[in-house]
Amino acid sequence: MTEMADFTEELTDGGWVIRFSGRLTLARIGNLHKRLDALDGPPVVIDMAGVERVDTVGAWIVHRLEQDHGATVINASEDAKRLITLVTRSDRQVQMRPEPINPVLRVLNEIGEAVTEAGATLVGLLSFFGSILVAIGSTIRHPSRFRVQAVIQRLDLVGIRALGIVGLMSFLIGIVIAQQGAVQLAQFGAESLTVNLIGRITTRELGVLMTAIMVAGRSGSAFAAQLGTMKLTEEIDAMRTIGVSPIEALVLPRLLASVFMMPLLGFFATLISIIGGGLFCWLSLEMPPVIYVRRLQEVIPITDVWVGLVKAPVFGLIIAMTGCYQGMQVKGNAEEVGLKTTAAVVQAIFLVIVLDAFFAVFFTKIGWT
Amino acid sequence: MIDLQDPIAIRVRGIVNRFGSQTVHDGVDLDVRNGEILGVVGGSGTGKSVLLRSIIGLKQPEAGEVTVFGESMIGKEEDEAQDIRRRWGVLFQGGALFSTLTVAENIQVPLREYYPDLDQTLLDEIAAYKVVMAGLPPEAGPKYPSELSGGMKKRAGLARALALDPMLLFLDEPTAGLDPIGADAFDRLTKSLQQTLGLTVFLITHDLDTLYAICDRVAVLADHQVIACGTIPELLATGHPWIEEYFNGPRGRAATATVDRNRQLGA
Repeated sequence: MTEMADFTEELTDGGWVIRFSGRLTLARIGNLHKRLDALDGPPVVIDMAGVERVDTVGAWIVHRLEQDHGATVINASEDAKRLITLVTRSDRQVQMRPEPINPVLRVLNEIGEAVTEAGATLVGLLSFFGSILVAIGSTIRHPSRFRVQAVIQRLDLVGIRALGIVGLMSFLIGIVIAQQGAVQLAQFGAESLTVNLIGRITTRELGVLMTAIMVAGRSGSAFAAQLGTMKLTEEIDAMRTIGVSPIEALVLPRLLASVFMMPLLGFFATLISIIGGGLFCWLSLEMPPVIYVRRLQEVIPITDVWVGLVKAPVFGLIIAMTGCYQGMQVKGNAEEVGLKTTAAVVQAIFLVIVLDAFFAVFFTKIGWT
Repeated sequence: MIDLQDPIAIRVRGIVNRFGSQTVHDGVDLDVRNGEILGVVGGSGTGKSVLLRSIIGLKQPEAGEVTVFGESMIGKEEDEAQDIRRRWGVLFQGGALFSTLTVAENIQVPLREYYPDLDQTLLDEIAAYKVVMAGLPPEAGPKYPSELSGGMKKRAGLARALALDPMLLFLDEPTAGLDPIGADAFDRLTKSLQQTLGLTVFLITHDLDTLYAICDRVAVLADHQVIACGTIPELLATGHPWIEEYFNGPRGRAATATVDRNRQLGA
């Protein structure tokens, strides 16, 4: 076992002498640093004769002692001398921590930044919408630039491949609504109204809304990540220099795919929720499927279906737009891609829910209740 | 048993690495001598970084043996490897700084990990002189990696690699992406630290200037093996076509000319 770094103090005629021994290395330094703060007297001579090995940490400690007390180092090995010279050269006032900021100021600062950022995002989204409209215009004028292949690929990714997960989610939600509704309605002896609950809530609201949330999480985030990565690798800049508009080539296919697929997915989700709810009614409330379907026809006005389906493409537009917009905002490093992807999903879901509230009020006002 | 005086610091024998059906290494042998700067060169995709990763234990090779200071690195348990790990520092290509920590905190991470008893004052002092030693300006301490330029990130990465006063330093393309002035300064820094700290350096590079300026020996990776290892004149004497082309191509000649000119100026 090698020896820990240690020292002894001795008062000689010339003043205090410190004699180091053992290994003055990081691994063996122990609490030497603290013990040196509690010296009996200021050392004049530092004797390194008993030192086996030194590394920069040991050299640093010797250097500090030398500097603080104006002591002289004796009997240092060549290695030790070299290292002490190195750390002496490296001894400069280095700032360790960021400047402390007043917490009140910091909070105010953060609020201010959040507000300006929210404003900037809103303006940015609007101008992005503008450039999308321009791109649509130029695509209509030059139909040959329309990228059919890209759109079909996105339709597959956004729509077809989402069927499984959207279906499963909707099925479970249908069952949950039926089960929870039945328990509450049973208290009024109105269990049969469970059908109204399931039918209307899924067609008007939940089918499309839950699908929008799923698509935002699945495709909105993917759009942001894809475009963000392409921005980082300068693919988008390369496109621009070649003369291809990234909005036409990248954003439009994604936008079209999600605008077109959202109503279909939403309708599919509604149907599956109703089937899920029906299964619960059949098994638990002993309502045969035939009766369930007939009751559905009676209680769901056709306007409910329109309420759901009108909203869907708008939600699709919002999701694709925030996803692509945030992706295009990526600059600098890979961390940005993660941040912008998160922002894309959060903003998409937020905007979808805000719009949904407006739609709810609007449809009620025009009498589609 | 770790033998720090072992004349061969790293011994690589018969390393085989495959990714799927693609063979990267097929029987790589390499010795890194204690106290030297060994440059590793090879075309893109010849597995220079994979070799580095095999030595430091980030990738288990399919076959072969790696010993560092006489200690086998293959199939080591995590806690057994600790003892050898704290004797090396690694500078990854992009610096690989922890993005949520400041430069000073980055340097302190290995210190805290291996020596949790060190007090904060000493930690701060150590981080401070390492910052200056790696050639960073004193105000770089509280900065986050995202606020640093490419060259400063490499220096901060070097400071972190040197945090534990290692015996061995692994550098993965340290001058890639630096301007010639920055690259030259980094080379000098590597050389002077290697001399003062008595380091053994394993250096992967594409930079011919670096090879000429600071490497004691150069190992050439090609055809899934180390085809030659030695000083540059020794390598040229082998007459291998790839080596010829590498060192005698237009860039190689330019680097030789620079070195010759510098020698004459110095003489």
